[in-house]
Amino acid sequence: MSVSLTLAGRKEAAAPPRRARRRLPKGWIAPLVILVAWEILARAGVFKPNLMPGPTDVGGELLYLFERGRLFDHMGMTLWRVGGGFLAGVAAATLFGALTGYSRTTRELLDPTIQALKAVPSLAWVPLFILWFGIFEASKVALIAVGVFFPVYLSLMSGIQDVDRKLVEVGEVLGLGRFEIVWRILVPATLPSYLVGLRAGLALGWMFVIAAELMGASKGLGFLMFDGQMTGRPAQIIAALILFAVLGKLTDAALTLAARPLLAWQDSFGTMTERADAAR
Amino acid sequence: MLHVERLTRRFPNGVVALDGIDLSVGEGEIVSVLGTSGCGKSTLLRLLMGLDAPSAGRVTVDGVPVTGPVPSVGVIFQEPRLMPWLSVADNVRFGIAKLDRTEREARLAEALELVGLTEFADAYPRELSGGMAQRVAIARALVRRPSILLLDEPFSALDNFTRIALQDHLLRIWAAQRITMVFVTHDIEEALTLGDRVIVMRGSPGRIHREILPGPRPRLRNTLAFHTLKDEVATALNLFEDAGGI
Repeated sequence: MSVSLTLAGRKEAAAPPRRARRRLPKGWIAPLVILVAWEILARAGVFKPNLMPGPTDVGGELLYLFERGRLFDHMGMTLWRVGGGFLAGVAAATLFGALTGYSRTTRELLDPTIQALKAVPSLAWVPLFILWFGIFEASKVALIAVGVFFPVYLSLMSGIQDVDRKLVEVGEVLGLGRFEIVWRILVPATLPSYLVGLRAGLALGWMFVIAAELMGASKGLGFLMFDGQMTGRPAQIIAALILFAVLGKLTDAALTLAARPLLAWQDSFGTMTERADAAR
Repeated sequence: MLHVERLTRRFPNGVVALDGIDLSVGEGEIVSVLGTSGCGKSTLLRLLMGLDAPSAGRVTVDGVPVTGPVPSVGVIFQEPRLMPWLSVADNVRFGIAKLDRTEREARLAEALELVGLTEFADAYPRELSGGMAQRVAIARALVRRPSILLLDEPFSALDNFTRIALQDHLLRIWAAQRITMVFVTHDIEEALTLGDRVIVMRGSPGRIHREILPGPRPRLRNTLAFHTLKDEVATALNLFEDAGGI
């Protein structure tokens, strides 16, 4: 009994230092260093407080918004707009990308037009959309959808065209019908490049939501920034910037995480380093 | 069983890849088609697979003209061509999805056993060696119980040891199931080891030049008779003349 006790005691004693040795993920080092340096410089008066407040002031601003219940209102509104625009853009891009990628005829019919539309800088649609859809939500969602559309469309179309002809032949000699070849070969083979397109589209969605909200909104992170500029409160602008970064990163991570089980088979340099990280 | 009549394939650019090929393959026979690269042997096989259409002539399987892939014909390509997102078992199941579950699983187990990959059923293609991947491709073809197997230089990308092991493996499968095979290769030894008949093709335009009968099995690669055969085939391929009279 005494033996087991000492053994148990030893185990417990051995555990804590091991946990303490667990290192900080590398990605956190740079932002922490910047935060500390920023705070020191702000307190030392190197930065003018009316232009560049320190991290604690920005934190105070976030807390203030949170306490008044406004924080999640603004975030929710912006998320809603990005989400709506993203879904609409992805739906249209998936339809057209699949059609032009799969069939040469539709590609020759539609792709030149779509490429021409792509040449229009997306923000140039703003006046037309406001005229068409009004100044409220519909025009904002439409603008975001346009931003999301092109990267998703392009990566899906080229993804389908790049599928190895040899795999399609395997489907043919194994007696698969047209629909089965699409569903069992083209779809899984295209997923990796489709996901790249989705991530690029999401990033553009976040870019365009700012443009949309700076255009005129009474709510949302873009509005917070505009409001901060008009009322001379840089802490509010920086707080909104940080929230944009957090939401953008979180939604991107969610997308990648959701797709991971579908892409576990990939044999590429990226997955090699990922597996090495997992083994570490 | 498999008949080829005056088969011609002219490509749009004017190249005549095949010119009036006649060939008959009997049940349970292994026919090696041997030729240097560009002699049209792969074009011939693609026509047999139903992946390409002839300019003239026709291919029939059991009397029925081939106009597309035929269910009773199994195909093994030069590369394994496995679906990288599917496990070994799912790759083998790929062509038998329509069978009911019990039958499907029984055939899967049998096919994996036959190629010796039962333990790798859950592995993914990226984890397999070249020889293992090609064995999965063989299992994927056999699991459909084909009566004819078409092989397009299936072992040419493998190292020598693996190639010889897989040739023996294929012969054992043939001895057990007597599947009719057309085996396209550019390797003289391989053609002589496997084929009941060796069809020697020459290119531009692709024609059958000669037919060689290697004699009874087993064919031991280190006998004098085998070497004499190799010389005969090499002469038929015009190799010595091409080498500048060495």
